[in-house]
Amino acid sequence: MDFYAGIDVGSTTTKAVVVDGGGNPVGRALAPTGVSGAETAATVLDRALEEAGAERDDLRSVVATGYGRNLVPFADSRVTEITCHARGAFACIGGAFTLIDIGGQDTKAISVTGSGKVERFLMNDRCAAGTGRFLEVMARALETDLAHLAALAIEAERGVKISSMCTVFAESEVVSLLARGTPRGEIARGLHRGVAERVGGMAKKVGLRGEVHLSGGVALNPALATSLGEFLGRGVAVIPEPQMNGAYGAALLALSGS
Amino acid sequence: MSDDYRPMWAGLGLDLEKHDRLLALLNEVYPPIYLEQADRPEGMGYFDFVISEIHGLRVKELLDHKAKGARVFGTFCLYVPDEIITALGGISVGLCAGTDFSEADAEVDLPRNLCPLIKSFYGFKKGRICPYFEATDLVVGETTCDGKTKAYEHLGGMHPVYVIEVPHRKNDDTRKLWRTELDKFIVAAQKLTGNRLTYEKLKENVRLHNVKRRALQRLNALRWKDPTPISGKDALLVNQIAFYDDPVRFTASVEKLLEECERRVEKGVGVFPKNAVRLMTSGTPFAIPNWKLHHVIETGGWPVVAEESCVGSRYFSVTVDESPGDLGGLLDAVARRFFDIHCACFTPNAERMDDIVDLYKKSGARGVINYTLSFCTPYLVEARHVENRLKKEGIPVLSLDSDYGMGDFGQLQTRIGAFVESL
Repeated sequence: MDFYAGIDVGSTTTKAVVVDGGGNPVGRALAPTGVSGAETAATVLDRALEEAGAERDDLRSVVATGYGRNLVPFADSRVTEITCHARGAFACIGGAFTLIDIGGQDTKAISVTGSGKVERFLMNDRCAAGTGRFLEVMARALETDLAHLAALAIEAERGVKISSMCTVFAESEVVSLLARGTPRGEIARGLHRGVAERVGGMAKKVGLRGEVHLSGGVALNPALATSLGEFLGRGVAVIPEPQMNGAYGAALLALSGS
Repeated sequence: MSDDYRPMWAGLGLDLEKHDRLLALLNEVYPPIYLEQADRPEGMGYFDFVISEIHGLRVKELLDHKAKGARVFGTFCLYVPDEIITALGGISVGLCAGTDFSEADAEVDLPRNLCPLIKSFYGFKKGRICPYFEATDLVVGETTCDGKTKAYEHLGGMHPVYVIEVPHRKNDDTRKLWRTELDKFIVAAQKLTGNRLTYEKLKENVRLHNVKRRALQRLNALRWKDPTPISGKDALLVNQIAFYDDPVRFTASVEKLLEECERRVEKGVGVFPKNAVRLMTSGTPFAIPNWKLHHVIETGGWPVVAEESCVGSRYFSVTVDESPGDLGGLLDAVARRFFDIHCACFTPNAERMDDIVDLYKKSGARGVINYTLSFCTPYLVEARHVENRLKKEGIPVLSLDSDYGMGDFGQLQTRIGAFVESL
């Protein structure tokens, strides 16, 4: 049987998705990227193949994407994560939409047309504000983990205003808020609001089109979709399996391109 | 570069240790970016040689001219009229400002969040790193933007500086102002060189620079052919060297190169496959050795076929009318050229949008990378006009801003890659 694979080598996590000839996802795997993107990519792909009940020889085409896409020696082609995320989300949504992808070190706002074409996109600059890394650092400052950070934000009645979105400055702001006795939940909520303003602002600049969807590993955080929805004044849906979306899009491009 | 130049550099007062590091850095980046390109025209050999002698032979030439009484003028903007400088027996040298190597020196006096080009040239002087800078008798600045205007005030404390006032509007009053500014500059330049500006000398030098601009026009127009006979990186290098090389020798070398490129076009020989996705840039200048954007784009397999930039079309597309029969008329013609070059320092600046659309159509590019140096307020704010106009024309555009650091190389690859994928 013929299979197609997409591998998304992100700054934090490497994801692989295997699809069959009909584009159905039949295998998926992920692991921390670590120091060797190439080795991790091979391991993750083999695990995804195992779930699909397939072997390397069954693969007709492999597309690599993500920050480390050039590190995957066995890829047949390389496509940017912007195109892959749009492709993966389009397969789930169908019509025109706005996609916000929040990864470990990059944030993108992408406007996708009714035919699935990327019309416009924006990407954060050399700055971790509004990325997964930002929330990781803040969770550490609050002496908790990412899952608990989201829970704290959801439970809080209100949020404090965090004035800096620079990861370094925001961290010291969090520390001084804690020292002043501000409840952790209010800080957590304020941090999510800050990220929502940052990435929501990018989405507004790119031009909101259709429904707003969230993808990338950070979309697994339920507090963020809520904060973004509040900021944008409209519902924000999370793509199914948001962390795998880029790899899924890459696998679909492997299928359509080969 | 030969060690024989060390006494010359020491004589200019350079910080030799820093200067060694700069040259080592250049020797490290130039081969992979330039020499490893496939199928380069042989005519690029001259320009490779110029780079291999970047702080050697040309600096020695300048010093030899100075020993014979000539004066060297350093400039940072194509609005400073080269033809007046050379007509007075001076030498005009566009000073380099394209590396973050000198940033730390600049930031002693200047804020961090400032245009990298300004920090680069300022740091070169402050750190005593650039032999060209030290070889100049006068730096001629201009009030194109606030950052430069204020930086020249500080620069004036370290080096002789003359600032020409560049108007930002186009009307009868500013035309008069600009013409008066040229007259005042002529007085200062005559005093420095000890020569008088004559009609014959100015006419000869208007022609000299027009011939050079026309050679560059022809070379750059050959890039529009598919397949393109010369890489965007190589053409960029030629456009950069135009600012400081001897104009006669430079023009002869460009003509040789363009004849070779013409033969390539006839035979259908190119440096990228036919039908490769071609891109053009619009925006701020690319001072030597800022090759980052072109390197990112062409590493992706997409030739850069035009630049709407000061190092690009703005430099060579407008020539000076040679027909006036007297000095005043010829100076009017020199002054007029300024208003026909559309820098974002002007308001309003709708003509620039026409230039970009025109170059897009002529060059056969599939999309425009609208590139701005970080913190360059005029071009960054004008970017919205560029985007709106290109959108109206149905021309794909990607706006980017970046400095001289290599930290965003991967991000630029992703952005430009996604842009090409969307075409």
